[in-house]
Parts: sequence; C-alpha cells; structure tokens
Amino acid sequence: MTGFDQELDASGLNCPLPILRAKKTLSSMESGKILRIIATDPGSVKDFEAFSKQTGNELLESAEDGGKYMFLMKKA
Amino acid sequence: MTEKKLAIIATKGTLDWAYPPFILASTASALGYETQVFFTFYGLQLLRKKLNLKVSPLGNPGMPMPLGMDKWFPVMGTALPGMESVMSAMMRKKMKEKGVASIEELRDLCIEADVKMIACQMTVDLFDFTPDEFIDGIEYGGAATFFEFAGESDICLYV
Repeated sequence: MTGFDQELDASGLNCPLPILRAKKTLSSMESGKILRIIATDPGSVKDFEAFSKQTGNELLESAEDGGKYMFLMKKA
Repeated sequence: MTEKKLAIIATKGTLDWAYPPFILASTASALGYETQVFFTFYGLQLLRKKLNLKVSPLGNPGMPMPLGMDKWFPVMGTALPGMESVMSAMMRKKMKEKGVASIEELRDLCIEADVKMIACQMTVDLFDFTPDEFIDGIEYGGAATFFEFAGESDICLYV
C-alpha cells in the first residue's frame, strides 16, 4: 500500500460531507501529494470515483475494511 | 476543461426543501461547477441568520413516520397545535443521529465553496425583510440579473 502525506477521517459523516471535506483538505495540499480518506458512508465509494473523474485528482486506491472505506487520492 | 455551470432557483422554505439546494450546490461546487443559487419567495427563509425551519406533516402523505404512524394517524391529527414543531424536532434529531449535516453547516460549506447566493430583491421587499435579517455574503438581485447566469448554465434546477 502506497504511503500518504495527509489523512482525513470522514467517519460518521454522510453525503455530501466526505466529498466536501476532501475537497477542502486537497485545496490546501501541494500538487502530487497524497490524501488518505477514511469514510463510513457506503455512498462515498461512487462519490469519490465521480469526484476523481470530475476534478482530475487521481484516485489511486479504493478499499473496504470491515465497514470502513479507505481512499487514496493524489492531488492533481 | 471549461467549468460547467449550475443554476438553482430555490423557492421553498421548509426543512425538507432546504436540503436539496444546499446539497446540490455544495456538491457541484466540490466537483468543479460554477454554482449560483437564486432564493425567492419562501426560499428566502433559507438565508436568514437564525434558522428555524419546520416541516409540516399536514397534507404530506409522502412523509415517512415512525411506528407506522403514516398508516393510521389521521390527517386531522397533524393539524393539531404543536405537531409541526414536534415533527420538525423529530426529523432534526433523526438527521443528527444519522450524521446528516445541518442546514447551517451546509450553508456555510456553500459559502466556503464560493457558491454565489442571491436573494430576490422583489420578495425581500414583499415580505418586508431587512438585510440585517439575512446572513452576510449574499447578493441581492432580480430575475433578469439571474438570467444572465442561468441562461448560460448547463444545469438549471427549480426547487
């Protein structure tokens, strides 16, 4: 598993908060840095795929671990 | 990649109708859309500093109720004094339990995400609202002004 530069814990937050928090965190990061996002909202899987496609921030990894979803996103 | 535009016209002022414009606007903004929301008529309620949004069970057959109440609770009962406040409080409590953001939070996120929020000047005058009743950071305008943006929008929604 790739390393990451920053982590965002969006557990317990529901749509659209995981995406919105991710956007806010990413905007303060340098290009090329990786953000690790943890979420419990099942809808966030599709949301982050769409977010990645629409904003050009690459979704490096998307995994699930016992009810928690983990995403690795690289700032464009 | 040119930015897509989203225009929303918000005309309702109840708790259930408050969510769609703010969620759509904030999410669109997060996805890179340029978003503007025009608040008119009861939509103005969503721009007030102190929000006290209600949802009415009266004449709302689509509203799910706990304990299967929507199947047997008489419509007349929903018109009883205090029912509106009770139902609104229950809905807000449920939202908090499920981790749904409050309207205040979503509204702040919209402002942070540079969503332009415009209050319809005509309805502000109509209902005798004063600018100090509304939150900061909003603009005032009319339909024609909004059409400038709406006419070029990729998505225009009437809520």
